[in-house]
Amino acid sequence: MSLSIFLQNIANGLSLGSLYALIAIGYTMVYGILRLINFAHGDIFMLSTYFVFYGILIFSLPWWLSFIIAIILTAFTGMLTERIAYRPLRKAPKISLLISAIGVSFFLENAGVVVFSGIPKSFARPELFDTMLIFKDIRISTINIVSFIISIIFLMALLYIVYKTKTGLAMRAISVDVETSKLMAIDVNKTISITFGIGSALAAVGGVLWALKYPQIFPFMGIIPGLKAFIAAVVGGIGNIPGAMLGGFILGLTEIMLVGFMPELSGYRDAFAFLILILILLFKPDGLLGKNVQEKV
Amino acid sequence: MTRKKEQLLSFVALIVLAILTYLAQNYLDNYKLRILNLGAIYATLGVSLNLIFGFTGQFSLGHAGFMAIGAYTTALLIMPPMYKEMTFIIEPLIWPLNVLQLPFIVALLLGGLFAAILAILIGLPVLRLKGDYLGIATLGFAEIVRVIANNIPQVTNGALGLKGIPQYTNLWWTMGFAVLTVFIVKRLISSSYGRALMAIRENEIAAEAIGVNLTYHKVMSFTISAFFAGIGGGLLASLLTTIDPRAFMFIMTFNVLIVVVIGGLGSITGTVIAAFLFNFCLEYLRPIEEGFSLGPLSIPEVPGLRMVTFSLLLLVVILFKQNGLMGEIEFTWKGFFRFLSRFKANRPMKGEGM
Repeated sequence: MSLSIFLQNIANGLSLGSLYALIAIGYTMVYGILRLINFAHGDIFMLSTYFVFYGILIFSLPWWLSFIIAIILTAFTGMLTERIAYRPLRKAPKISLLISAIGVSFFLENAGVVVFSGIPKSFARPELFDTMLIFKDIRISTINIVSFIISIIFLMALLYIVYKTKTGLAMRAISVDVETSKLMAIDVNKTISITFGIGSALAAVGGVLWALKYPQIFPFMGIIPGLKAFIAAVVGGIGNIPGAMLGGFILGLTEIMLVGFMPELSGYRDAFAFLILILILLFKPDGLLGKNVQEKV
Repeated sequence: MTRKKEQLLSFVALIVLAILTYLAQNYLDNYKLRILNLGAIYATLGVSLNLIFGFTGQFSLGHAGFMAIGAYTTALLIMPPMYKEMTFIIEPLIWPLNVLQLPFIVALLLGGLFAAILAILIGLPVLRLKGDYLGIATLGFAEIVRVIANNIPQVTNGALGLKGIPQYTNLWWTMGFAVLTVFIVKRLISSSYGRALMAIRENEIAAEAIGVNLTYHKVMSFTISAFFAGIGGGLLASLLTTIDPRAFMFIMTFNVLIVVVIGGLGSITGTVIAAFLFNFCLEYLRPIEEGFSLGPLSIPEVPGLRMVTFSLLLLVVILFKQNGLMGEIEFTWKGFFRFLSRFKANRPMKGEGM
């Protein structure tokens, strides 16, 4: 493998990793606050691509405007699912919450089949993103660079919200202790709602970039990227935001590298992410950046 | 009520079940039989998942992987060599398998055994993990099994899957194994082993402190659970007559998980009820999306509507029955007669000694 192909693979891996990171944030934030594996998150991601698709196709909006509208709509959908399917279960066993998430996931996927039809639709990529940047013999498609930069911007914005604002402080407080947070006059329901909104908005950013990178959308497209982003969140230590970002990049890079270095193993691509996950968990049972919480007796 | 009397009643109930099975097997049409078969297989799968998750408290999402092992083992061992030659068109089946044909029961048990062996190998390292981390690691193993099945066409025929598996599965097999699973799991959890499993569920540290060997008990529970998952997979393969790796995606595990949680985590009775309800619902919702005409009004076919309705139903049930249909309550003869007596007399009798 020549250096140029290696660098191309790095670029590819970084852009895929940034998408995983964006989606993984939603999993990790929700888990941090509710201890819920939100299996519907991948389907929220799927919805965002359809919002853009219909924005451009039916309402013939300019692409950038339909991106923004899609992100807002997806954020609201995320908040709506929380309001309907998760909030009533606040005091229920955790596993019932998980079943509810699976129910929402089934619903969104199949409502997608009913409303959008199950036939894959091709996503019209704006010309701007269709070009190749060429440095000597390294060819990198614009979308890889754009998606990496946009992801980094949004991830920075998220870190700012979580670590520098009052809302972020409330989120972090709830993730430590819900009851005490209530005593400190934190509006728990509102904060959880905002968490879902932010997580879904980031998934939408990921979804839009994903559709630009792989321009074919279908109602079940969220399952595999969602699962891998979730793995990324677990690898980084679920509940930990920088961990989810790290996990996303690790997963994206190793996945692309595996296919690049050993193309004969590309059939095992989907299993590879799990192999990394299991190996990391065996040595670091709380993920790379997760806190090792010792149970007190 | 004495223990002896209860045993007698259980025996009578078993005979009644056998008569019903005989009648169903001989007089119901194939469509209805298929639903009943699926219900019984899901009962086997659900009760086995309940053992590791409901009673031992270990969040395992690996059922689909163990089912895949059982399904492929059974299918490959019962298919006649001639069929195998016709199915494996891309790459021929490797040696001992291409000439081997075994009786159904042997194949099923071997399928369960292989699943159980894999469970020991996986369980030893992985069961040290806790909670959701364990769930996701076991889910990972199941997905790895599926991806491997996709990539070894000389054994599994790859993504094309296996077709023309002989349909030996009938209500006797499925009901038989459902009853056997319920019986064994029930006996197990009522034994000292079961106490140890439940102690682990309630508090691992306390259980260890009173001398429960954590690894041994967790791995044992995991292995027995995997054994029945393998059997369930084998029964399913021979019922459907065709399998491919996509059938064993993690959605399959979720289906079993739904059955267990909707029935009530830690209730065998609930799991069995939910297993049949789950399959009845899925099948009888089918007309919704097939399109129908109401007088002049004709409603076209809408693919996906069935699952939309099903998922809404699932959400409603879990939102209103947050602990599942049965909670942790089990069927007992005592409770049964107390329930009956509510209808018998005008004045309600409050559970005094039967």
